[in-house]
Amino acid sequence: MFGWFSRKQQSKNVARDRLKLVLMQDRMALAPHTMEEMKDAVIMAISRFVEIDEEGLEFEWKGNERNKALVANIPVRSVRRRAKAID
Amino acid sequence: MSEAIVITSGKGGVGKTTACANLGVALASLGHKVVLVDADIGLRNLDVVMGLENRIVYDLVDVVEGFCRLRQALIKDKRLDGLFLLPAAQTKDKTSVTPDQMKQLVEQLKEEYDYILVDCPAGIEQGFKNAIAGADRALIVTTPEVAAVRDADRIIGLLESSGFDDPGLIVNRIRPKMVAKGDMMDIPDIIDILAIRLMGVVPDDEYIVVSTNRGEPAALAANKSKAGQAFMNIARRILGEEVPFLDLNEQETFWEKLLRLIKTG
Repeated sequence: MFGWFSRKQQSKNVARDRLKLVLMQDRMALAPHTMEEMKDAVIMAISRFVEIDEEGLEFEWKGNERNKALVANIPVRSVRRRAKAID
Repeated sequence: MSEAIVITSGKGGVGKTTACANLGVALASLGHKVVLVDADIGLRNLDVVMGLENRIVYDLVDVVEGFCRLRQALIKDKRLDGLFLLPAAQTKDKTSVTPDQMKQLVEQLKEEYDYILVDCPAGIEQGFKNAIAGADRALIVTTPEVAAVRDADRIIGLLESSGFDDPGLIVNRIRPKMVAKGDMMDIPDIIDILAIRLMGVVPDDEYIVVSTNRGEPAALAANKSKAGQAFMNIARRILGEEVPFLDLNEQETFWEKLLRLIKTG
């Protein structure tokens, strides 16, 4: 009866953690096809200047709150010779 | 310069209509000309919360369809100068009005009123789109529950993509004792998760039930209840005043604490 130390976790913390998890899923769920489109657009833009290794391309969200950072790791094979001439 | 504010939430039953009625009363009692627009077409409620249900002749859809003039549909609240209600239609549905028509309507109301408060229906469909169409800013009502905060997050996302850059949050029905015990999410938790500006905290208050029963919004007698005061403070913040948040902390008494420890031990 006096097991104060074994009290269950406060329910507000349970609520907060469940909420954080469900929001992460919600916020991500809105992204998938947008991600693909964005990836293609970035590849197109960069390919005008440098030859990139599309296989080794990494493209992901970092951070877990509403404010996320988009982190791209783009291996470059070579720089196109006349990049500046392209308009 | 008049302003249209939409009061929304995503989830139903969190107190949008109560907030709308009370903020309208509060703004009008602070000397502003206010019109409340019930955008919940088909599920008209703001009229009963305001206690004006017996005076409806025409409604929002009648105005939009040109069946009557705007002025004919507006109900003047006799308790306060400068407070009016534009009721929703009860027999039509959300598709009877388009966002463009709502925008026009709000523009027209702006010519005459300082504040246009739009009571948004629950959900994220047409009714929501109509309600936000003419608004300059948005207030989101939530309660300290997982489902309500989740829906608020969705609404914030939708508002942001519709160009609302700084919506404010009202946390309704907070129970300070439960928060103190760790059995209800607290304000810092909610604000941290939603990353949004806090506009006000309204305690769970039996007085709201009584005042809604009577059709007399709590803000009409703001000094009689904490909820009434809280809505009055939110109204002042809408006007741009810096108002400190109410101290809602009712600490547990020694005996309550002891009893709780014995029960949960």
